[in-house]
Amino acid sequence: MKANCWVGPNEVEVQDVPDPTILNSRDAVVKITSTAICGSDLHLLDGYVPMMEKGDVLGHEFMGEVVEVGPGVDGLRLRVGDRVVVPFPIACGACLACRAELYSCCENTNPNAGVAEKLFGHPVAGIFGYSHLTGGFAGGQAEYARVPFANVGPIRIESDLSDEHVLFLSDILPTGYMGAEMCDIQEGDVVAVWGAGPVGQFAMDSARVLGAATVIAIDDVPYRLEMAASQGYRTIDYSDTDVRSALLELTGGRGPDKCIDAVGMEATHGAAHVHLYDRLKQAVRSESDRPHALRQAILSCRSGGIVSVIGT
Amino acid sequence: MTGPSSSHWAASAPFDTVVEWDAVTTGDVAAERIAWASVEGADVDTSGEVLSVPAPGGRGTEVRVTLRYDMPAGALGRAAAKYFGDDPSQALDDDLRRFKQVMETGEVVRSERAPWGKRARQQFPQRPARPLSDEELQELEAREEVLA
Ligand SMILES: [Zn+2]
Ligand SMILES: [Zn+2]
Repeated sequence: MKANCWVGPNEVEVQDVPDPTILNSRDAVVKITSTAICGSDLHLLDGYVPMMEKGDVLGHEFMGEVVEVGPGVDGLRLRVGDRVVVPFPIACGACLACRAELYSCCENTNPNAGVAEKLFGHPVAGIFGYSHLTGGFAGGQAEYARVPFANVGPIRIESDLSDEHVLFLSDILPTGYMGAEMCDIQEGDVVAVWGAGPVGQFAMDSARVLGAATVIAIDDVPYRLEMAASQGYRTIDYSDTDVRSALLELTGGRGPDKCIDAVGMEATHGAAHVHLYDRLKQAVRSESDRPHALRQAILSCRSGGIVSVIGT
Repeated sequence: MTGPSSSHWAASAPFDTVVEWDAVTTGDVAAERIAWASVEGADVDTSGEVLSVPAPGGRGTEVRVTLRYDMPAGALGRAAAKYFGDDPSQALDDDLRRFKQVMETGEVVRSERAPWGKRARQQFPQRPARPLSDEELQELEAREEVLA
């Protein structure tokens, strides 16, 4: 089959690779109909996330049709022919984290957990196409993918919604929703969202669904701010506005009740000196993210408010 | 076991070497604790203990393993040291993780990077995260490790 492979920093290539096969009893093989490039794939592309190998198949946002299932897959749960969206974390469904529905924290699916633990403090679940730090699973920017524990993760799509309307369930919609859910939004809240990319847009929509009265988008990319404005959200362009003052202005001096950092690790947000400081620390790998937006969120949030962080 | 409280142990090492020793059981409380120590004059001076205790809050069982060993000098010692790797506690951690996988999910999780499941990683070359070739699959099947 053809697959999009990482071959070196800032270099990917569509290569011919073997078709996937069943390796564990609860595997399924999915024939991919749609797949997406995630903002976080950029961290793999440029070498920001370590432990990539030449020839790794990329991609953790994909959907398609089940063409093969292992002997351990419950037929009531998943069958050949089912149309599925595959969530990016691989979850066993049995460990303490999975039973608490914290699937991205699954304790059993990352065969490289020992190394991940040294870097992050605690390992993350296995993730498709996302470096050897998350287990070294082949990804879904390909014609087929093997999906372990297929009776846990895949979401069966039984409606006639198009791929474009459901593919987001693989990552960016649940990621944005979780950002809103984690800050315990109450009816009438003012919610500010740093980063108006795809995850940020979904975080804003989720905040509104959860009861926010006012939603404020913070970004510097005009089309993103326009998209937010077209949904009825307030916007702040941080390239020409002091964000904290603008937020205080919009909230009677109190600050937003809830703040969501949907910026991601490689944001180029904000004041030059802070950014340079973060970059310097990054250059010597003394800190593994660039937390300027987060700092701004903490300083702006009202007293007793909640800051939720989902940057990836 | 070679008697009510004595046992004979064998550990495989690289180059088809087998390290063998006799041990006496120094403690055995059913389903809670098992401990052992090699007898005087054994090739390998080792002792160990496995404790399994209920986790607080009804959250399953905690398994703790303590393994102490003192390798002899010479070729045998070097072979054994290589088997345990630079970081023997990491090898033990990895084994315990796989044990947990088997207890909780019934099998060892395979990624494309590590399709050989429970075999120690040092025994296989690193491979990229991409599906296995026919030759690689045949090699795994020959070891009866892949499901039909
Ligand atoms: Zn993603
Ligand atoms: Zn799990």
